[in-house]
Amino acid sequence: MNAAVNGAGSGGAWQAVADVLAANGLVTALVVVGLVSWLADLVARTLLGGRVQGSVVAILAGLALAWWGGSVSGGARGAADIPWLAGLGLLGGAMLRDLAVVATAFGVRPGELTGAGPAGVVGLAAGLVVAFAVGCATAFACGYRDPVAVTTIGAGAATYIVGPVTGTALGATADVIAVSFAAGVIKAILVMVLTPLVARTIGLDNPRAAAVYGGLMGTNSGVVGGLAATDPALVPYGALTATFYTGLGCLLGPSLVHGIVRALLG
Amino acid sequence: MLIYGTAILGACLLAGRLVGAWLARLVGVDGDVGGVGIAMLLLVAVTGLLRRFGRLDGQTSAGIGYWGGIYIPIVVALAATLDVRAALRGGWVAFAAAAAVVAVSFALVPVIVQIGGADPRRGGTA
Repeated sequence: MNAAVNGAGSGGAWQAVADVLAANGLVTALVVVGLVSWLADLVARTLLGGRVQGSVVAILAGLALAWWGGSVSGGARGAADIPWLAGLGLLGGAMLRDLAVVATAFGVRPGELTGAGPAGVVGLAAGLVVAFAVGCATAFACGYRDPVAVTTIGAGAATYIVGPVTGTALGATADVIAVSFAAGVIKAILVMVLTPLVARTIGLDNPRAAAVYGGLMGTNSGVVGGLAATDPALVPYGALTATFYTGLGCLLGPSLVHGIVRALLG
Repeated sequence: MLIYGTAILGACLLAGRLVGAWLARLVGVDGDVGGVGIAMLLLVAVTGLLRRFGRLDGQTSAGIGYWGGIYIPIVVALAATLDVRAALRGGWVAFAAAAAVVAVSFALVPVIVQIGGADPRRGGTA
């Protein structure tokens, strides 16, 4: 309290506000996200005429905030590296994210879960194969020939956690790991933003399709963001399968996939 | 009471995480294999049992439901903490790999849904 009150001098008024905001990080984050959501809803309803969901605009605004925060601070945690917005790191961190994702399963009928389950497992297997195969092929097409680099970039096309984990395990160079991480983040962003746009075309309107989709995409943040903006009722089914993807990816990347890539590139 | 619901939810997440960590150690990777998914199944099972025995009142449900409802704002906060600049710096190799995988994966959704035959529930429930 005193630090906030005594923050006089040049820019003292803002410093006082920033101190209070920083000292109450989680509360600040809730208020900021509430404001962003309200503005996003307003933009979606008025400027965009209701053609785009408010939550899509809010997620885009969040990404813009992350870009701005990273540019101002030079850090790697987006807006959370701005001291008075650091609470966003707690609100958007893995702990509360997972608590909220689990809570979405509340009210799900067990019958629908067991019905969606087997198709979801097929989606999960196909998703990992596609991510590694297409990711590694793209890296090869872009001129990478070192098996470790090709595997690491392919792993990044799975999720932004699988990429760095695989790269670190195989001893990839820092710039290859950076490309791999970037591929994962871009995937999460593309899935978040594109899902509501393609949902109707790919038949993403029932629990089974959501379970298959979650397994195929695998990126937790992309899947939960994309489904939330499409139909919140589908979130638990997609999240359920997506949650196995990163763990399995981290298992397969440095072992089986690296072995196959090394054999192919001789 | 509200806290009962939130405590049940939290206990399910912790238990799921624990099982996920065991599974991860079993297969020899760091972290957590499917912990959140296991927690979701646990929550469905536990709340189903409580409901059957009439122990799940409105307040308890609200203690779980709040977190489900706050979930989109949490995703907005998550988006605000991604390393968007690093993603842009990754250049076109990163973009090409991500875009190709996402395109193929989207295209496979209807294919894999079809493999198991038509969903009997489709169109039946809203």
